[in-house]
Amino acid sequence: MTDVVLAGVGGQGNVLSARVLAEAALSMGYDVKTSEVHGMAQRGGSVVCMVRWGEKVYSPLIEVAKADFLLAFELLEGLRFLRYLGGEGTAIVNDYRLDPLPVLRGDAVYPEGALGDIRSYAARTVELDAREMAAAAGNPRAAGSCLLGALSTFLEFPMDMWEESMRKSVPSKAVEVNLKAFALGRKGGTDT
Amino acid sequence: MKRVLLSGNEAIALGAWCAGVRVAAAYPGTPSTEILEELSTYPDVYCEWSPNEKVALEVGIGSCLGGARSLVAMKHVGLNVAADPWMTLPYIGVNAGLVLVIADDPGMHSSQNEQDSRYYARMAKVPLLEPADSQECFEMMSAAMDLSERYDTPVLLRVETRISHSRTVVEYKEERRSVDLTYEKDAVKRVMIPGHARLRHPVVIARLEDLEREAESFPFNAVEMRSSRVGIVTSGVCYQYAREAFPEASILKLGFIYPLPRKTIREFASRFRRVYVVEELEPYLEEGLKALGIDVVGKARIPRDGELDPTLVGESLAELIEMDTGIKGGGWTPPLPHAAVPAESELPGRPPVMCPGCPHRGLFYALNRNKAVVSSDIGCYTLSVLPPLAGIDCQVCMGASVGMALGLERAFGSSEANAGKAGKVVCVLGDSTFIHGGITGLIDMVYNNTISTIVILDNRTTAMTGFQDHPGTGKTLMGEETFALDLVELCRAVGVESVRVVDPWDLEETEAAIREEMGSPRTSVVISRRACVLRERRSGVFYRVEEEECTGCKRCLRLGCPALVMRGETAVVQEDLCAGCSMCAQICRPEALREVKAGD
Repeated sequence: MTDVVLAGVGGQGNVLSARVLAEAALSMGYDVKTSEVHGMAQRGGSVVCMVRWGEKVYSPLIEVAKADFLLAFELLEGLRFLRYLGGEGTAIVNDYRLDPLPVLRGDAVYPEGALGDIRSYAARTVELDAREMAAAAGNPRAAGSCLLGALSTFLEFPMDMWEESMRKSVPSKAVEVNLKAFALGRKGGTDT
Repeated sequence: MKRVLLSGNEAIALGAWCAGVRVAAAYPGTPSTEILEELSTYPDVYCEWSPNEKVALEVGIGSCLGGARSLVAMKHVGLNVAADPWMTLPYIGVNAGLVLVIADDPGMHSSQNEQDSRYYARMAKVPLLEPADSQECFEMMSAAMDLSERYDTPVLLRVETRISHSRTVVEYKEERRSVDLTYEKDAVKRVMIPGHARLRHPVVIARLEDLEREAESFPFNAVEMRSSRVGIVTSGVCYQYAREAFPEASILKLGFIYPLPRKTIREFASRFRRVYVVEELEPYLEEGLKALGIDVVGKARIPRDGELDPTLVGESLAELIEMDTGIKGGGWTPPLPHAAVPAESELPGRPPVMCPGCPHRGLFYALNRNKAVVSSDIGCYTLSVLPPLAGIDCQVCMGASVGMALGLERAFGSSEANAGKAGKVVCVLGDSTFIHGGITGLIDMVYNNTISTIVILDNRTTAMTGFQDHPGTGKTLMGEETFALDLVELCRAVGVESVRVVDPWDLEETEAAIREEMGSPRTSVVISRRACVLRERRSGVFYRVEEEECTGCKRCLRLGCPALVMRGETAVVQEDLCAGCSMCAQICRPEALREVKAGD
């Protein structure tokens, strides 16, 4: 069983990334389940998606401290859902900070040490500036595909499965940019 | 066979299409919205967005009587709106099948309450089915249609957020059944004057016995025998949580949950000293088991509010099951303890916010400037309740803002304690919610000579649920062009003398309109009209703070725009978020905010 938590901010595209990942796992022949968030939570709120695959999957929700991978689209959101990551788990982190409204208004303080906290908690952390990388690929909104690219180095899915799943899930005009972003993410973040 | 990954909502749509559904109606509402959106992409099905859930169900009643298999979908609170036809429909029965899909939202991801819709089946004496994954969503649609026709009753199919919005594997054959039944007049059965209804109610009651027999052999009930000591009764997505948390437990998974298959339940329970019920929200199954005299533990351990997950199910029952059976942890493997993680409560929250450039922002800024007492409906604009706008006083459901404003005005008008507030009452509602449930309230306001002001936040779409069309947009769910309801003419037609349309991006104009209408001695309507910024953006224009001119007064932050932040002593526009609406520039006293064209 492989469990992946994708944590981010509404509008960052983690729902789409979860779909790409799930379709890739499906074409590998696994049983697959995902959970997504729609509606109010998408208006800039905290959004978490989960993807699970294996011989047979029951719950669409992952148990606390049992996930194999955490894809943090944003640092605070990574920290918020860190508790889902298991002891042997890998965090793949977009080194990107997006202040929530309470921080912008000065009612709360952004946790400066978020990246450090994630590093010290996760057995392994891969850091990348996915926004910058995606911008280089042609669109900063494709950052999710960079994170998927980094994740792909830990999985046994062949490249054509990823490509097929990308073509199936991503609007056709955005496919090329996302494939490029994926390739950049796959080539590398910093491993700590 | 095809093998695909579908959300519960998509699987319901596919199931409905394969079951031969020809008519489907809904009002959008999370988590049910995608059912009709998906079904409308299939051929040979009439799909409509109805103005509200009551009309949607009434369309479904007509079409099933007319011989077409029919699907009606709504979120849990939608059935409150549709409850009137819902309660009498079982008396008249159906002709072709009618299935109402109801989507509950435990945890209130996108809802105002977490009512448990299962009681609506019991109240109306209608069979209730509950799928546990997308495969069952798909298959149960056909089963529900067959059941509906065989027993001449509507069927309630209940899903919830984690079924609707989870994608799981569906294997299916793409085959569509053809159902086209003859319509024949039968007034004694279908016209519920008291004399006829008295004949029909006993039929509805007698039907329940037949339905219970059906429930006993329903193929989606499953007895899974593993442990001889731990027995769990559950249904829907909670089955998945229980299966995950307690892999060795025996489970009775119910797919048919009203009427309950009492024999099946008794047989299962008789093998255990005590059984555990895993269900979200109300103790619905638990009460059913207790009525059979079964020793059962459910809500004594499992929370009655919020949604469950496997960890919560494990934590809630592990200790008790260990005590009852001696099995360590009841068979649940708790998460391994390792490094501390910051608790959710220590982290800054990230509530959803109105988007940069959201036209609602200007309107609420204007209301604040006029110190209005605001009753609100439900939509994106409800987010203005959060600081700094903090622009809403009260809100319960769609359409309610109008009647509530009238009530507030009357209470204030006869009060010394609240003297002067009667002229401050404003209600706000969206274009779609005004059509859904606000029009009758407006008629009441005019009829009863009120002085309150109604603001229709007309962003030309149903934004919160993901941009669905409605009767005011000029387009149907099937993509056809149609008459676009003219809100101005409508308000005039019901007797509102003063109806004004303002652009909420123009703060001065908006504030003046609100001030004048709040001061007017009649019911008045202000239509705050600008398309949702996610649909129509200004391109290539954004604002920038001239650093040396910014005095750091933070006046611009009163708008609560996520694109504006303080960096040290000056405000800064996050240019990639800025939508170029100019509202911040309009209120900046030192005029430090300047329009910039992309590339400058």
